[in-house]
Amino acid sequence: MRVNFTVNGRPQEADDVWEGESLLYVLRERLGLPGSKNACEQGECGSCTVRLDGVPVCSCLVAAGQVEGREVVTVEGLADYAKQRSCASDACGTSLQNAQQWQAKGDSQTGEGTELSPVQQAFIDAGAVQCGFCTPGLLVAADEMLERNPTPTDADIREALSGNLCRCTGYEKIMDAVRLAAARQGEAV
Amino acid sequence: MDFLRPASWEEALAAKAEHPTAVPIAGGTDVMVEINFDHRRPEYLMDLNRIGDLCEWEVGEESVRLGASVPYTKIMENLRAELPGLALASHTVASPQIRNRGGVGGNLGTASPAGDAHPALLAAGAEVEVESVRGVRRIPIDAFYTGVKRNALAPDELIRAVHVKKADGPQQFSKVGTRNAMVIAVCAFGLALHPRTRTVRTGIGSAAPTPVRAKTAEEFLNAALEEGGFWDNGKIITPSVAKQFADLCSAACNPIDDVRGTASYRRHAVGVMARRTLTWTWESYRGARRTTEGAA
Amino acid sequence: MSSPNGTPTKITQGSQTKGGIGESTLRPDGTLKVTGEFAYSSDMWHEDMLWGQILRSTVAHAEIVSIDTSEALATPGVYAVLTYDDLPTDVKNYGLEIQDTPVLAHGKVRHHGEPVAVVAADHPETARRAAAKIKVDYRELPVITDEASATAPDAILVHENRDDHHAGHVPHPNIVHRQPIVRGDVAQARKRADVIVEGEYTFGMQDQAFLGPESGLAVPEEDGGVHLYIATQWLHSDLRQIAPVLGLPEDKVRMTLSGVGGAFGGREDLSMQIHACLLALRTGKPVKIVYNRFESFFGHVHRHPAKLYYEHGATRDGKLTHMKCRIVLDGGAYASASPAVVGNASSLSVGPYVIDDVDIEAIALYTNNPPCGAMRGFGAVQACFAYEAQMDKLARELGMDPVDFRQLNAMEQGTIMPTGQPVDSPAPVAELLRRVKAMPMPPERQWESSEGADLRELPGGLSNTTHGEGVVRGVGYAVGIKNVGFSEGFDDYSTAKVRMEVVGGEPVVTVHTAMAEVGQGGVTVHAQIARTELGVTQVTIHPANTQVGSAGSTSASRQTYVTGGAVKNACELVREKVLEIGRRKFGTYHPAWDTAELLLEGGKVVTDGGEVLADLVDVLGEDAVEVEEEWRHRPTEPFDLRTGQGNGHVQYSFAAHRAVVEVDTELGLVKVIELACAQDVGKALNPLSVLGQIQGGTTQGLGVAVMEEIIVDPKTAKVKNPSFTDYLIPTILDTPTIPVDVLELADDHAPYGLRGVGEAPTLSSTPAVLAAIRNATGLELNRTPVRPEHLTGTSLSEA
Repeated sequence: MRVNFTVNGRPQEADDVWEGESLLYVLRERLGLPGSKNACEQGECGSCTVRLDGVPVCSCLVAAGQVEGREVVTVEGLADYAKQRSCASDACGTSLQNAQQWQAKGDSQTGEGTELSPVQQAFIDAGAVQCGFCTPGLLVAADEMLERNPTPTDADIREALSGNLCRCTGYEKIMDAVRLAAARQGEAV
Repeated sequence: MDFLRPASWEEALAAKAEHPTAVPIAGGTDVMVEINFDHRRPEYLMDLNRIGDLCEWEVGEESVRLGASVPYTKIMENLRAELPGLALASHTVASPQIRNRGGVGGNLGTASPAGDAHPALLAAGAEVEVESVRGVRRIPIDAFYTGVKRNALAPDELIRAVHVKKADGPQQFSKVGTRNAMVIAVCAFGLALHPRTRTVRTGIGSAAPTPVRAKTAEEFLNAALEEGGFWDNGKIITPSVAKQFADLCSAACNPIDDVRGTASYRRHAVGVMARRTLTWTWESYRGARRTTEGAA
Repeated sequence: MSSPNGTPTKITQGSQTKGGIGESTLRPDGTLKVTGEFAYSSDMWHEDMLWGQILRSTVAHAEIVSIDTSEALATPGVYAVLTYDDLPTDVKNYGLEIQDTPVLAHGKVRHHGEPVAVVAADHPETARRAAAKIKVDYRELPVITDEASATAPDAILVHENRDDHHAGHVPHPNIVHRQPIVRGDVAQARKRADVIVEGEYTFGMQDQAFLGPESGLAVPEEDGGVHLYIATQWLHSDLRQIAPVLGLPEDKVRMTLSGVGGAFGGREDLSMQIHACLLALRTGKPVKIVYNRFESFFGHVHRHPAKLYYEHGATRDGKLTHMKCRIVLDGGAYASASPAVVGNASSLSVGPYVIDDVDIEAIALYTNNPPCGAMRGFGAVQACFAYEAQMDKLARELGMDPVDFRQLNAMEQGTIMPTGQPVDSPAPVAELLRRVKAMPMPPERQWESSEGADLRELPGGLSNTTHGEGVVRGVGYAVGIKNVGFSEGFDDYSTAKVRMEVVGGEPVVTVHTAMAEVGQGGVTVHAQIARTELGVTQVTIHPANTQVGSAGSTSASRQTYVTGGAVKNACELVREKVLEIGRRKFGTYHPAWDTAELLLEGGKVVTDGGEVLADLVDVLGEDAVEVEEEWRHRPTEPFDLRTGQGNGHVQYSFAAHRAVVEVDTELGLVKVIELACAQDVGKALNPLSVLGQIQGGTTQGLGVAVMEEIIVDPKTAKVKNPSFTDYLIPTILDTPTIPVDVLELADDHAPYGLRGVGEAPTLSSTPAVLAAIRNATGLELNRTPVRPEHLTGTSLSEA
């Protein structure tokens, strides 16, 4: 079957989709967007978290046919998504935030020129990335939480990220990263 | 496999009548796992996401009509006052991502004894609104679960909504899992006080082939509360009454040993949850009573 | 064929600071990983690629009567179906140490989930459907599941006609390896004991549960060879096992490390490597294989479950007199790393304590259970769980504080191990315990808030099982010892190729190793070492592949030590060459070129007095300086097969934990409130990464304390919970704050004085949590993980 939907703001069309395919498979294998990860395919790990019409969901549990006509944001589109959000809310006046991102980049020039969302930058800066397989899903979930709740308590962060397994970090640096992103967001406003 | 995408409820009913083996998919949190892991290859998958009506709810005089696909997140956020037991249960469902997709219709359709919504629905009192091209009917929740992962739906029927009685007293829901989040119930317990009818109702999950009520325990407690004049005098429930209630709830279980827990643990844990939730709801009832009296 | 999408590229990282060792520089692959661009092995994609699918045995032990693949082969979209009969050469087995593992089952399957056939098709669903059409007729055999059934007089042999190098010295062919260690005179020492405690302990089967499933892409090459893009822990070890099965010389099997989604020991053994290569060579098309989570539980070895029998004695004043122990590890159907795990379990079974008189035996069994092998902590984890329980028991018998008791018996530099090997670098065991005990305690009743109980802080969490009822706090301590690096005489080396040249007017160093970056941060550290040694800011990390010499395994806490050591060594050689060029070009202008100690700093050649002699840019000009060199740590010796004596280990690593838990004693639910850790790391090359390792390792230890266990049916030897629904690993709501106190006492034998850091925290975290639960409940608890039924007396079946 054919599925038409929007991914990271761009219209996409997937052809010859098998009816049992998940949104995750279509993103990874048909649209060249492997950022969403395939760690469990049963909704138990959160590595494949994307936003479906704004709502964080496990893309492994969404049938491809269900996304017809809908909007999906993946980790690949997170920076743009966050930028548009801050433009919408602050009339693009987040110069401090941008300045910090720029500074922070000095030590990790590997993605030179890559603009990152505050939460992406915070994950790098706080050491929240090890193997990185859980990272895309965590970023999408954390970014959405900070959108809803800009000043989360630790318990709020833990609850919001309780659907995202990480096996490397013991979560401490992930907590640090989300706190850091929240603090930077707060300063930027 | 064919993928059906009805644009309206009527189309969905027609499709289900034409293809009774079609598997409805809404949140996908059960169906997609089975497909991903090759446990199931239905001939037809029928997407219900395009039927907006299924994601809506109405709060009426007596009950809430809850669309089958209203995500658990929405229940937690919007129906805490009307459906406190179900809201608590919703909060224990898997993870935020799953709660954003899954709804009560899926729990009912799958009818797994471990579904988190069941004990809350049994305790609150509910009717399942099902429909086919042949017509609509409402199945009382007590008659809905017919066996392990079996329910009272006819092959051509779809679940449209659940009518859950609005809380007229405190409700609680408690679930044991071996992890603090994202866990399938080892066993679960729901309790609702119904001061208007001076009754209590229970629901037990994952401790019998189907979700069940502990009817003997309810009857015992109803009688004990009546005899002691507890509804009127608002006294603390005596420990012996609470204990017997808990024991009777344990006795209502018919659990198995599996990888998630032993039968005897389940029986034990249901008793502990019964006692605790009774304490919490009763304390809450007494508190509300005092407040009302104080105001009067 | 062309390069697939996701082929790793060089990553260049600059630094505004010196960016050398000791700084918390950030990961060079960080940006790629947060944008989703970093390509893991499962992300590889090639035009026209096929999907491989493995058919696995549905029973644990059976003769294969027949296999019929005809229907599968006839399925449209299927390109190949291979069984044992299709293997191209006489080499049909592989294995890390003993080549006992069939590439595809031959006449017999020995465990549930053993690969029987492989399929290549144009869509994963086609491959799955075709695999389901393969008819395998099994004649089931009785299953061997424990020591009793393995060593019974009439036991079926899991492997007949063993001819491996352990076959001659084991007491039974169903024992893979046995290592006794005898030192002193236990019978005599026992007489001095005022108290003797015994214990029988059970350690459940833990899974590495790395998040990135086994996967890779094999691309056939024009010269008849194959290029494998793969997530592994050791490229060259894979290569040595793959090439003979394919019938190809090693230079025709090119291997490139693809992104690795965690490993923790689970990628030491081969998984889908050979299968993908076979299918690619057979079909002439690129073949990708990606396990799903279900298959992943069958696709890699697990941590050995163990039974441990211990006896300890102590004098009234708290000095240990002797220890006897017997450790029985279940190796499952194939040897994997079992022999080395036995060596570790036995040689570290005493723990970080001084006991002169010991009688130790460790064995690993062959059974029909899932194969077990490497996992973080590698044999030392099981032992630590048992000896730390024994320490608490002894302290209780003696009426002593458990930490005081441990400190009184703690080993230190100079202590002789039971193997006779002196500990010749700092061993601050007592100090680590002191530090972890001195950390402030978390507040009591932290779950109370103005709005009532915060469920998220209570046992049971959001499941709303308690509002404080039945909740009791407990505190427990544990400390452990882990060896670093490969032991027992293994030639443990690494290779680094380092190149310095001027690029864009700036000196740039490229580091090329075959080290598997599995998340640990080796690539970060390599860049730091290059900056420290060669005074540059820009460092390029070359993708790891087999175009450079072996780096050894990313395991045994060894990579920063060994490959870090190799990079340091290669950098030093590059520096010498650069200075030689400098002397040649500029030596006549300044006497210091010949007389002073020269360093490379800030892109310049400077004297140790700080005087600048030349810019590296000018020294190098158009020249590039490149060195590829192997580097070894000091050699070790095998353990004597009868006495266990021998200088078997190269370095030890120590960590201590304090666990604070709250237990809902009625429901048997546990909430770990805090897991404080103190660890000696010798020298923290990257402090942020060190914390990440300690906190991650600690959490894996927590997991096996309270939830993680692969459950194998003792009647059928089949795995009952191969999913993330029923094999539970800690979520962020199960994981407490993990304050860490890092001690840096240099080991003079190691590069920069560093000490391997990754595994030690996994050891002591589990027994600390168990001790805390015992403290809260007063229960004995001789097994891990501890489940709610163990805490509520409901573990027995009602039937």
